Amino acid sequence: MSDIAAADRIAPVEAEREGLLSWVASVDHKQIGIMYLLSGLVFFGLGGLEALIIRTQLAIPGNSIVTPDTFNQLFSMHGTTMIFLVIMPVMAGITTYVLPLMIGARDVAFPRLNALSFWIQLFGGILLYFSFVAGGAPNAGWFSYAPLSEPAYSFNNGVTYWILGLAGVGIGSLAGAINMAVTVLKLRVPGMTIRRLPLFAWITMVNSFLMIFALPVINAALVLLLADRLLNAHIFTPAFGGSAVLWQHYFWGFGHPEVYIMILPAFAIISEVIPVFSGKPIYGYEFVAASTVAIAFMSFAVWAHHMFAVGLGHLFDLFFGISTMAIAVPTGIKIFNWTATLYQGRIRFTTSMKFAVSFIVMFTIGGLSGVSFAVVPLDWQLTDTYYLVAHLHYVLFGGSIFAIFAGIYYWFPKMSGRMLDERIGNWHFWTTFIGFNLTFLVQHLLGMMGMPRRVFTYPDWPWWMTLNMISTIGAFTLLASVIIFLWNIRISLGAGAPAGDNPWDAWTLEWATTSPPPAENFALVPPVRGRRPLWDLAHPDRADELVAAASGE
Amino acid sequence: MSKSKLAVTLFILSEASFFALLIIAYVYFHAYPGEGPTAAGSLNVGRTAIFSVFLFASSATMMLASRSYRTRSSAMLGWLIVTLLLGGVFLFGQVREYMGLYAAGVSANRSLFATTFFTLTGFHGLHVAIGLLAIGAVAILAGSGSLGVSAREEEAFGSVEIYWHFVDAVWVVIFSIVYLWEFL
Repeated sequence: MSDIAAADRIAPVEAEREGLLSWVASVDHKQIGIMYLLSGLVFFGLGGLEALIIRTQLAIPGNSIVTPDTFNQLFSMHGTTMIFLVIMPVMAGITTYVLPLMIGARDVAFPRLNALSFWIQLFGGILLYFSFVAGGAPNAGWFSYAPLSEPAYSFNNGVTYWILGLAGVGIGSLAGAINMAVTVLKLRVPGMTIRRLPLFAWITMVNSFLMIFALPVINAALVLLLADRLLNAHIFTPAFGGSAVLWQHYFWGFGHPEVYIMILPAFAIISEVIPVFSGKPIYGYEFVAASTVAIAFMSFAVWAHHMFAVGLGHLFDLFFGISTMAIAVPTGIKIFNWTATLYQGRIRFTTSMKFAVSFIVMFTIGGLSGVSFAVVPLDWQLTDTYYLVAHLHYVLFGGSIFAIFAGIYYWFPKMSGRMLDERIGNWHFWTTFIGFNLTFLVQHLLGMMGMPRRVFTYPDWPWWMTLNMISTIGAFTLLASVIIFLWNIRISLGAGAPAGDNPWDAWTLEWATTSPPPAENFALVPPVRGRRPLWDLAHPDRADELVAAASGE
Repeated sequence: MSKSKLAVTLFILSEASFFALLIIAYVYFHAYPGEGPTAAGSLNVGRTAIFSVFLFASSATMMLASRSYRTRSSAMLGWLIVTLLLGGVFLFGQVREYMGLYAAGVSANRSLFATTFFTLTGFHGLHVAIGLLAIGAVAILAGSGSLGVSAREEEAFGSVEIYWHFVDAVWVVIFSIVYLWEFL
């Protein structure tokens, strides 16, 4: 076909290496992406194990499987692991793998920097876990509130390892974000204007900018906390004139954008999966892109809603209460975009689609409980209870992790050349869905009954044991779901149905090449004349631009 | 804008946020100083101002080096070396200042001023040192005759230049807030 443009940025492929070295020394975005996913999976196992020990300890009142100090280490490590070593790297892995393919590029903008990002964040994670054998893990929670994280109150080196580990993850993620932003801005195939960019790439770009501005905030805070811990300074110790509240401002100045750093990639995945399995282009493309930009800006103006209990004053509370309610608007717009895409679509309920649709529902529940925290008096009542634990898990598990599973079922065929088994996938989905809701739905009630988070045990009050037991049963259902998932990967890698180039009839460019793609990604990149190049190629008589012209747009 | 220059620009935007946060900490504890040494009692503005002039001048010489590079003038290597020397003098001044403070008993844990001062100026000094390494690498390439004029090499040169101007600009802010604000 004469109208197929040749890929013009084919770089010479590096010399062939074999075995483990072909991975360790790789600068190929596909291999690095897969290594991100594998490291995320290992840490998901560790963070999950910590969660299971926590839930076992809490199954019955007055339990003593672990000591209070061990319990503190477990929930601190669980949160830190899942946020920094699971969700962020796994999202980075999917992005690193898919993004260059999706925009028709040979690789990311800086392949070597890409490898550096991965290895720095991995060693950050290893450093964090090394604390277990170096005197004890961090025990001041995933946000290491001062002065609990100061030497006077934390008797091991855990928090120091936490600081260094997070600095590693932060620097790696920052380098990755710069890389992805430049990749989207500079390496798009000719014809792919910013208005034709797949939403996955759009949202990845916005998210990269968010990371560029949010990660230095925690790096600065970590540096100051490190000075407190190692140089005997007193930035965050009120007893010596320092300010513990300053730590909270710094941490949440990063921490709230971080929430969106974890959820925007989920939006990116969902914005690809839902249209493909609805057989329709996304409804309101511009609104999805613009609302993402709005979220990125607004996410820097809501941090103190984590601090209503501090007593910052009426005006402060008012401002952050209102800004928090306002940021729900662009998020709500996206919910409408996705549901309107489903409306009158030819929906195919693949496993990926099941995860994507339940993402919308679960994330909406988490979003609504989040807005309830914007009501300051309600926040005072519910903050640091299990209601908050339920809320954040609906957002990060029901949101981010469900989207990750949707993305893995969607792109696994491209990465491996084989389909994940849909029958096992169905089991995986339902055990995840039921296990997740069993674990966390009841925690809303526990929180409203007043059960605080981060306590290692509780008295035998009416309903507390029943609800906690349900939650624990749910957690073990989730364990079963993860085993089913791993089983599916194992089976499918060996004997899954061959995927072919485009098993889902999708329309973004990654489906134009073979599965898995060759080292140089594309022999020929199809022409891009609209948002759905492969659709246009397959249906020349109903191409998007023709339809648009016919409807007078 | 080319790939590398865009990446460096994004990087310095991030670095600017990092310094902004350290500056906020400095300013906050300037308002609530607590006990121990303060800026007014510890810093020598005049001397630091002189060393600062060297850093500001190095930005100009870097610009001249860049112009020579674009016009293929042989003066480029000279300007790069002058830039290195000026940056080196500034760093020497900072080391001297630190040693003086340390001798006077102002170490990082003595007061909130001291901690925020050393973290802020220390990280800036680190950025200067890294910039000198980068300029040094460019100078060595130029000196050995292996710095060509391809688009790729032009990008590399331009990236180092952007970074160096950033290091300089940050110092304008830090010097104004830490030294001038205290004594004007």
